Amino acid sequence: MIAEFGLAALWLAAALSLLQLGFGVAALRGGEGFASSVRPIAVVQAVLVGAAFLALIQLFLRTDLSVALVAENSHSQKPLLYKFAGTWGNHEGSMLLWVTVLAIAGAAVALFERSLKERTLVATLAAQAAIGLGFYAFLLFASNPFARLNPAPPQGNGLNPLLQDPGLAFHPPTLYLGYVGISIAFSFAVGALITRDVGPAFAKAMRPWVLAAWILLTLGITAGSYWAYYELGWGGWWFWDPVENASLMPWLAATALLHSVTVLATRDGLRAWTVMLAVVAFSMSMVGTFLVRSGILTSVHSFAVDPRRGAFILILLALYIGGALILFGARVGTVKEGSTFEPVSREGALVLNNLLLCVILALVFIGTIYPLITEAFGTKLSIGPPYFNSVVGPIALALALAMAAGPLMRWRRDRLFEVVRRLALPGGLMAVALVLVFVLAPGIRVLPLLGLALAFGVGAASLAPLWKRNLRRTPLFIWGMAVSHLGIGVSLAGMAAESAFSKERLVAARLGETVSVGPYAIRFESVDPVAGPNWTAIEGKLTASRGGGSFVLRPQARMFSAPPTETSEAAIATRLDGQLYTVLGKPDGAGRWQLRLWWKPFVTLIWLGGAMVAVGGLLALIGRVRRERRARRAEEGE
Amino acid sequence: MKRLILWAPLAVFAGFLMVVAFGLKRPPDPAIHSKLVGKPMPAFELKPAVAEHPGLSSEDLKQGAPRLVNVFASWCVPCIAEAPVLMELKRRGVPIDGIAIRDRGEDVAAFLARNRDPYAHIGTDPNSQVQLALGSSGVPETFVVDGKGVIRLQHIGAINPNELGDIIAALEAAK
Repeated sequence: MIAEFGLAALWLAAALSLLQLGFGVAALRGGEGFASSVRPIAVVQAVLVGAAFLALIQLFLRTDLSVALVAENSHSQKPLLYKFAGTWGNHEGSMLLWVTVLAIAGAAVALFERSLKERTLVATLAAQAAIGLGFYAFLLFASNPFARLNPAPPQGNGLNPLLQDPGLAFHPPTLYLGYVGISIAFSFAVGALITRDVGPAFAKAMRPWVLAAWILLTLGITAGSYWAYYELGWGGWWFWDPVENASLMPWLAATALLHSVTVLATRDGLRAWTVMLAVVAFSMSMVGTFLVRSGILTSVHSFAVDPRRGAFILILLALYIGGALILFGARVGTVKEGSTFEPVSREGALVLNNLLLCVILALVFIGTIYPLITEAFGTKLSIGPPYFNSVVGPIALALALAMAAGPLMRWRRDRLFEVVRRLALPGGLMAVALVLVFVLAPGIRVLPLLGLALAFGVGAASLAPLWKRNLRRTPLFIWGMAVSHLGIGVSLAGMAAESAFSKERLVAARLGETVSVGPYAIRFESVDPVAGPNWTAIEGKLTASRGGGSFVLRPQARMFSAPPTETSEAAIATRLDGQLYTVLGKPDGAGRWQLRLWWKPFVTLIWLGGAMVAVGGLLALIGRVRRERRARRAEEGE
Repeated sequence: MKRLILWAPLAVFAGFLMVVAFGLKRPPDPAIHSKLVGKPMPAFELKPAVAEHPGLSSEDLKQGAPRLVNVFASWCVPCIAEAPVLMELKRRGVPIDGIAIRDRGEDVAAFLARNRDPYAHIGTDPNSQVQLALGSSGVPETFVVDGKGVIRLQHIGAINPNELGDIIAALEAAK
């Protein structure tokens, strides 16, 4: 019954999205009385697809094996958390989450957006419905999550053990909220193109939505990075895997959008550019979904891939992105040019920021799909970290420099000399850091050296806008900007320190042997069998000591029963100045065990910085929404 | 000019669509492309695994005509499944040499008695040294070697009856 209920709710939601699109188009063509129904329809549609999603969760919680998806991906002996999170640990479930987020984002706009012109809002909701419709069709015709299985098997296949981690419970939902939430920006852009309403008011209305999606995307990427770091047991925090790139590309575009929308809102500049970025940001989400779901690129994330589904998503991509770009080409020429500005100005710095972000985006995009291009000409190759690190690294550093300078510049026009004077303190700090690092760590590579120095400069520069201000009366969004930019500096410091000072040991150790890595001496005490709810493991006991105190680490080599798979569970100890990361490998049959040990100084700063960026975004969001509400109230009071 | 720039994103996107549509249409290639293909056989000399057959050295593979080198073991179950296919190749006049991995003479002899014997030479590789030099990670694996001792194909896993054609084609191409 639950499955049928879910399926019915999904069909109804699909029908409502068609209605939402139809009413929206009718209202835009001048039909009387249609516009007022669009908002309620968007809300009901979200409620229905939300109900379908809850139904699927319920099926997973109950392990209803007569549902094909549950039988293929779950198991009655699985811990409750993974039954729950397993709902989206598969293709159909994750696509249902996808459309659920899409509909919820649309409903949120319908409920809370007050400042956009009614006509543009209707066009926006119609565009959101059009996107939804295609993905409903994809679910209902090509990946029905509620399909029954007859006869029901006695037991399910279980969930990929790599996904059996608390990370699965929060990483995909947050990432999707950001990833798909950015669809709002796309729909806003399409709506504004349709009604020719690209201007500061439109930008002010769009900004909080972009900001919200961007915060969630930032959190999702940061959490995903940490998850991969501790779960995969490779000791790395970013692998330039196609799926990681698929989440990074919308983030880069959304970051650029966030800054250009500010120029549009404050100075009425960059009109066409902002619209383009809004289209690009969500296009990157859809392209990412396509790359992941079609299995066209090999990736560690490719669970359940199917070329036919790929073709379906590709057609959707062609329709939506192609359609938006045609609209852009045809309409944006009629959008009036915004105001102009001098190169040395806040706008100038933001344009530089946008250009650099877009260059990085293009480089990541090319690197990700380049293997596909060469394959079309018959050559197989893979592109990995050496390409990405060496092309993205220097530009990212230049971007950090622009980020440090930007907030210290005035809008419209500034004097170069004044800017240099304001940058003197951060610049001096950076020079001191550069010399200090070079002296203390001779032989450090250029990129980490510059990265560390820049991190200090960026940190100082990001706090500079707060300097000499009355901190109590500083608007919340200024605080937000400072915290976010500081977060970038903190993250940069972590990345540079990790890449420059990490120590790695791969040893075959006997019980009782002591191995040293970084500042630690690690004694291999024992190995013992242990058992969990659906796995058994060999657990190593390592005693790590540095100076006086010592502590115990217990890395495991786990064997899951369903499906039978081995994973390694790293044991990680976090200290103020870094992390000790240990992995237990295979025995060699002669009494020795493989141990992989890393000492990673200040690696946690990477994710701390990421979280700060998101918190800064949240502060800015609260600040903006509050100010807007106050402004509206003042208007109503007049 | 300005007008044209506005259409540039659409042109880029169209290019992207073409590339991925092509990528989707092309069926995934299950073959493993060995780095050793096109390289000469590494030099080795293996003692006979059983009394009835001579051992195998890399010189034996430079006799002017293409040969198959089959990496196998008596303890390997897929090798039993593969045996009739090798016999069929032998029936068609293909010379086949074997490398027995981590095996004992009497076990190999028993294996050949039970599953029939397609081999000309059989070398024994008790420590997998030649196997590793060949870039082979398991049994069975089969190499097509041309008359000059150059590897032309590495087939991983047992040869299925429906893959017979591919092997024959590779042997023809190696002539």
